[in-house]
Amino acid sequence: MEKLISKYFVPGKTFSIDEYIADGGYQAIRTVFEKLDSASLIETVKKSNLRGLGGAGFPCGIKWSFVPQNTGKPVYLVVNADEGEPGTFKDKYIISHVPHLLIEGIMIAAFANNVHKAFIYIRGEYTRPYQALVKAVNEAYEKGYLGKNIFGKGFGLDIVVHRGAGAYICGEETGLLESLEGKQGRPRLKPPFPAVVGLFGCPTVINNVETLSYLPFIINRGAEWFASLGSDKNGGMRLFSVSGHVKKPGVYELPLGIPLREIIYTYAGGIRDDRRLKAVVPGGLSAAILKADEIDVGMDFDQLRAKQTMAGSAGVIVMDEKTCMVRSLLVTMRFYAHESCGQCSPCREGTGWVHRILERIASGGGKSKDLENLSDICSFMGGTTICALADGAAMPLRSYPQKFKEEFEYFIRHGKSMIEQGEEVSA
Amino acid sequence: MNIFTEQFKKQADEVVARYETKRASLLEILHLVMETYGYVSVEAEEAVADYLKLPPMDVHEVVTFYTLYYRQPKAKTRFNVCRTLSCSLAGSDRLIKHFEEKLGIKAGQKSADGKCGLQAVECLGACEMAPMLQVNDDEYVGGLTKERIDELIKKYMTS
Repeated sequence: MEKLISKYFVPGKTFSIDEYIADGGYQAIRTVFEKLDSASLIETVKKSNLRGLGGAGFPCGIKWSFVPQNTGKPVYLVVNADEGEPGTFKDKYIISHVPHLLIEGIMIAAFANNVHKAFIYIRGEYTRPYQALVKAVNEAYEKGYLGKNIFGKGFGLDIVVHRGAGAYICGEETGLLESLEGKQGRPRLKPPFPAVVGLFGCPTVINNVETLSYLPFIINRGAEWFASLGSDKNGGMRLFSVSGHVKKPGVYELPLGIPLREIIYTYAGGIRDDRRLKAVVPGGLSAAILKADEIDVGMDFDQLRAKQTMAGSAGVIVMDEKTCMVRSLLVTMRFYAHESCGQCSPCREGTGWVHRILERIASGGGKSKDLENLSDICSFMGGTTICALADGAAMPLRSYPQKFKEEFEYFIRHGKSMIEQGEEVSA
Repeated sequence: MNIFTEQFKKQADEVVARYETKRASLLEILHLVMETYGYVSVEAEEAVADYLKLPPMDVHEVVTFYTLYYRQPKAKTRFNVCRTLSCSLAGSDRLIKHFEEKLGIKAGQKSADGKCGLQAVECLGACEMAPMLQVNDDEYVGGLTKERIDELIKKYMTS
């Protein structure tokens, strides 16, 4: 399989600006400056079927076409590098190994949307990737690749690198905007959408690190080529973060639509200790779980949605036959209880109740009504809040007890797991 | 203590200049406080509020919302062990217990002499290294075992 972004993932190496240029870097932005205007660039990205790879999967070119250019206000580009969906670690690889690919992608997106200032919001825990990114931005300024009148073409762009401070909710785009404005990361009610009223009340394009990093490839090799790599309406490749009970956890760059089975068994080496597969989270912690017999699904936004789960951030978490699903759900729901911003009651209270009920079940104090109560709480958490955190929490909360009902009932009835614990999974 | 020393103010001014509004610089200014003083005291909150012309409450609510702003002096060596799903599947719970026994403190605590702190934290975005931890808000260490933890404690606690 040809590698695009991941060809730069050389262990221990960060490509400097000169090394990146020697490898053909910053050619795409020159092509853009010389041959394209904003409209034709947006058209190209639409044709490439590039989807939003942060998790929502919204077609990138269409998102750009929503940005009003006649408001008299500046348009901002905000880069979401607040990689926080558990099971996802791909953006860290891009920023650590090839930050200039991201910078070139930012330049292309900025040109398309008439943006002259971009903010990169990187999660606060990514200390070393942050340092690599700041160094790369400085290199680009020193070489005249950022700043005023880039390459003498009359286009100017500034990039500000901004650190988050440890809050999952700031990965949600409007929570991120609040945080970038110096506030608590509490998501905003939509509409208005950030494309129209975003950062500092101005039109704002928000794209994920990986989405932007594919733009140079699309310019260099063509939208049709990119679209043809993936599946229907899901262009190109993406970086799958694979973790859990596989032999070879890591980042795998594969075409959209590739069967989940192939990711697990061909690329990630199959299940550790040659055990049997039990379950997989296909798209980050907030995706509904799939059973072992459901892995012949194509990994793109539409095929996974048809299976009532989601492609999300492409964080694939694999669980073997010795995994206790009650404890896995407890660990999952503890995360949401910790990360709820507290703004909406169904989420603030719901995630806490669910966490406490699961903790009681896992410590042997389950009651016969617990599953019914969990199901009730789940139904009022979905679709009742400002942002999607509660919806994300509801996906595992609904799917685990549905698909592993027997295990939950056993735990409640007997006060212990029906799974003989190998490597223990507990909270 | 004067938080805004001449040098600190110079650095802070540079941060503020990057943003459209003074307030937008708040998170980065607080990072600067962390880097310079090791934690954000109430006194520092008030000084930052004064500097950015914000009500002290606006600064306080931001400090308390985010996990990376410490409100007490940090322990000298800090182990933040991930406990979210991929790390949990790889046995992080057992490893956190091992840490607690070896350091004589519970997760969430700091030793009485301030030499070490232990926290169980949510996903750090390094599930391929599971089970993993972050030392001193900087280096990621993966593939943890009890033996590896003993080595880490020795390495960081005696240096």
